Amino acid sequence: MNRATSQPTPASRPDDEAPIDALDRALIVATQTGLPLVPEPYHALAGELGVDAREVMDRLRRMQERGIIRRIAAVPNHYRLGFTHNGMSVWNVPDERIGELGPRVGALDFVSHCYHRPRHPPDWPYNLFAMVHADSREEAERKVRIISELLGPDDLGHEVLFSRRILKKTGLRLTA
Amino acid sequence: MAHEAPAGALDALDRRIINTLQDGFPVCERPYAQVAAQLGTDEQTLIGRLGRLLDERFLTRFGPMYQAERLGGAFSLVAMRVPAGDLERVAGIVNGFTEVAHNYEREHEFNMWFVLATETPQAIAEVLGRIEQASGYPCYNMPKLEEYYVRLRLPV
Repeated sequence: MNRATSQPTPASRPDDEAPIDALDRALIVATQTGLPLVPEPYHALAGELGVDAREVMDRLRRMQERGIIRRIAAVPNHYRLGFTHNGMSVWNVPDERIGELGPRVGALDFVSHCYHRPRHPPDWPYNLFAMVHADSREEAERKVRIISELLGPDDLGHEVLFSRRILKKTGLRLTA
Repeated sequence: MAHEAPAGALDALDRRIINTLQDGFPVCERPYAQVAAQLGTDEQTLIGRLGRLLDERFLTRFGPMYQAERLGGAFSLVAMRVPAGDLERVAGIVNGFTEVAHNYEREHEFNMWFVLATETPQAIAEVLGRIEQASGYPCYNMPKLEEYYVRLRLPV
């Protein structure tokens, strides 16, 4: 029963530089549902926040440099785009090889997310996760075979977990 | 949802917009004009198309993608093995936590997979402890150790 608490903290914790100030936070709250669809979106945000457009652009650039903003981008809805069969493929690959193999799997066109995650032996031996998107189950399975071929002898075992049902879906929301 | 256009309704420009805007968007005075020029279209067309792609849910979102970890918060993927007969009860418990962003039922012995987003790293363990206590089943915490950058490419 204590698995959750015994799990080590992930190594990806950032350096502890001062996180964000009140204006950064206001900017995050103002943009978390999306960027305004007007010719000068950063000016529109500036108007909303009562600051200069240059300030908004500087802040956004700085947050990108610091990795607070991964990028400003569109997030596709795989299901709506015809990728109705979304399988979470999970792989057991040698830990010492994952740094090389992960980016190669991630570079495949049909893989939308690819992560190194901790194993939980003996129940859960898998350490590499790759979301595979296809328009049929057969196609998803064919794509999983392509990953298996790419991994070759480093594929020590894999499974595909298809989603049966969305039980809950909400975005990340920060409160002001 | 019956009124929704199928994915086949997307033309080549829509597809190129979706492909291009997954990579990034500039921070400058007239960013839509800049991207439109790259795509061989104009600012108003791009803004109009983008609005439609969002309205019709071909895109779930367009804007800055924030990394909760860098804001002092944390994300994790969590798996549970729940007997089929108890799934609805446990889903109700898990979904009741505002920290649970998504929750999927998957075809596997590990049949419940949810994403936890909290404002502090410590809160992950706290919430999982509460879920374990309320549900009676262990949570398998699988935070990402590394992310390999990827995107979806639509055939144009």
